[in-house]
Parts: sequence; C-alpha cells; structure tokens
Amino acid sequence: MSRRRISLRQELPLLVWLVIVWGALWQDFSPGNLLFGALLAVAVARLFYLPPVELSGRFNILFAIPFALVFLGKVAAASAQLLYLAVARGPRVTNAVVAVPLRSRQDLMVTATGHVISLIPGSLVVEVDRSTSTLYLHALNISSAQRVQALKQEVRSIEAGLIRIMGTKEELETLRMEAAA
Amino acid sequence: MMNFVLVVTAVIFSLAAAGAIVRISRGPSLLDRVLATDVLLAILGGALCVDMAVNRHLNNLMLVVAISVIGFIGSVTVARFVADRREQPNES
Amino acid sequence: MNPDPTSPDAWVDMLSAVFMIVGAIMSLGAAIGLLRFPDLLSRMHAATKPQVLGLFLLLASIGLQMRTWWVWPVLLVAWIFQLLTAPVSAHMVGRAGYRTKHLHRELLTSDELEAVVQKAAARAAREGGSDDGRGD
Repeated sequence: MSRRRISLRQELPLLVWLVIVWGALWQDFSPGNLLFGALLAVAVARLFYLPPVELSGRFNILFAIPFALVFLGKVAAASAQLLYLAVARGPRVTNAVVAVPLRSRQDLMVTATGHVISLIPGSLVVEVDRSTSTLYLHALNISSAQRVQALKQEVRSIEAGLIRIMGTKEELETLRMEAAA
Repeated sequence: MMNFVLVVTAVIFSLAAAGAIVRISRGPSLLDRVLATDVLLAILGGALCVDMAVNRHLNNLMLVVAISVIGFIGSVTVARFVADRREQPNES
Repeated sequence: MNPDPTSPDAWVDMLSAVFMIVGAIMSLGAAIGLLRFPDLLSRMHAATKPQVLGLFLLLASIGLQMRTWWVWPVLLVAWIFQLLTAPVSAHMVGRAGYRTKHLHRELLTSDELEAVVQKAAARAAREGGSDDGRGD
C-alpha cells in the first residue's frame, strides 16, 4: 500500500460523520456508545480506506447556515412549481440541455455544486466534463434564451456560495476579483 | 385529528402508488420502469413515516433508510447495465 | 389529544399534520409527473426531486410527534442519506437515458451537449478508424 497517508485533520470530518451514524443507528448518544463508535470509526477508516477527499481545510459556518436555509427555500419553491407544471402543463413541457462552465477545478467543488443543483427540482446533471469542469444540465420548462441565461446565473451563484463555505483561498480570490469587476 | 390525517394521507399515497404502478406496467422503456419503481419505494417509505408519526414509535425508521438505499442501489445498477449494453465495453 | 386548542401541544400536532399532508402531496406530485410528462428525462425531474422535500417534511413530523431531542440526529442522518443518494441515482439514470436517446429532441429548446458529442465523435472518427467513440 503505497498511498500517502492523510493527516488526521483531513480525516476528522469523515470520522465525526461515522460516529454520528453509529449513534443514530443505535439511537443512543451516551458517551460509552459514542466512544466505542469512535474506535470502530478509526478502525474502519484505517482498514478500508478510500482515496482521500481533498478538503480545503476551511469551513465557514457563518455562510453555511444561510446557504442551507436558502437551499431549503429553493427546494420548497421549486417542488411547488414542479407540481404545478405536472398538473397544468403536462405533456407540453419544453426542456433544454445547458452547458454551465464552473470556476473551480476541484473535484469536490464540482461534485458539491452538481449535487446541490440536482437536488433543486427542475435541473439535473446529465454529464460532467471533468477536464474543463463543465456541467451539462437538463432543465425543465426552459422556453427561451433568457431562461437559459438565468439558469446559468443561478448555478454560478450556487457555486459562489459553496466556495464561500469551503473553497480554497485562490477560489475566494477569483470570486472577489469577479465581484470587483 | 390524527385519524383524519391518517385517512387523508392514506388516500393520497394510494393514488400516488396507483400512478406509479400504471407507469411501471406501461412505461415504454426499462429506465422508465426503474424510475417508477423508485417512486413506488419512496411512497412506501413515506407511508411508513406517516405511520410512525401518527402512532408515535420509531420501529420502522431504519426500514425507511434501508428502502431508500435499496432504491438507490437498484436504479444505479440498472442504469449502468443499460448504459453499458449499448456502448464500447472499454469505456468507464 | 389535548382538548385545549390553544396549548402548544395542539399547535405542534397541527403543524405536524400539515407537514404530513404536504409530504404526501409531494409523493402524489411525483406520480402525476410520472404519468403526465412526455419523456424520460422530464419524468426524472418529477420522480426524484419532490421526494427530497416530501421525506424532509415527513421526518420532521415524526420529530415533532415524538417530542424527544434524541430522535432529531437520527432523522437528520436518514435525510442526509437521501440527500447524498438521490442526485447520484438521478444522474446515473439521466445519463443512461441521454446516451441511449431516450429523450424527445423536439421538446428541447436548446441542446449544448449535442454539439460537444458530435465534435468528439468526429475527432474520434478522424483518429481511429472503426471506433465509433463517444467522447468523454
């Protein structure tokens, strides 16, 4: 096994998540159970390790909470809209496949953006071009070029939000330059 | 009031399950059927959730999680199979 | 049931009842979408997405009904599992659907992936004879 070891700091989110899952599965959050869960988590992470997820090492909770609330609001609004479309428009709905180039080159960032945009009803990642980090989205109810532009704008603003939460310093710098320009 | 809620959600879930079953039987392609099966599983999970909320127990919570995981594994497997059958075998 | 309609208990019951009914309607919306939308990829949208909100509301109503704090992490884990898996299965099925041409082209107002696929196919044809490559 020649893979380089990753530091404990980078592994910590995974371990914490495993402990939470352990506690949740037992439905028991007593210290003893959590300690045993932590031991198991370390053992599992040592024995069966996957390629490490490259975190940037920063996580801004101040941006994360509003982002989560806005996300929930968007999901609710878009679900209602989807319901309306299904009932009122039905078979006459028009779609589009849209290419959205992202700023970030990191796999984690591209994955997170794709996840969030897929969870919001009305858009779906069909294909990803990893070399240029371009997402190809299939979007529902796109009837004009303005709607395509609006969708691209929305995806890029979601990516900006994610960069503010957990992007690297360089990405934040690009974001700042873009805002200034 | 909880009985009223139970009746209303039971009717809604039954209608939804009927719709999904119609799509399973009619669906022109395999992928349509997989999709509808996924929805049927989600409806089952939702019904279990309502039962737990109304009767105030948590016995089936892990069953709900297991159902969603099974739906996920099933649709991913079938999607891969469908995609692979018509493509070059060396492409990942 | 508490007979006093203004007690917090009654309000919590009311809220969770609303959550349950809206969550059930989300499932119904998925089924209606499955039946009414014309092609696989639009059905995809209807099938996977409202479930996210639906399950969230149903789990929240369980949490409200149980009235103990320790169910919330359990419910959160159940929901996060769904958040992690739903887009992946949607992407896999959507990708397979796009590649096997399960969509109606006349319903698309624009297709920016089509040009890329064509270009990659042309390049693959130029480079290597029999391979009818689908560029990634």
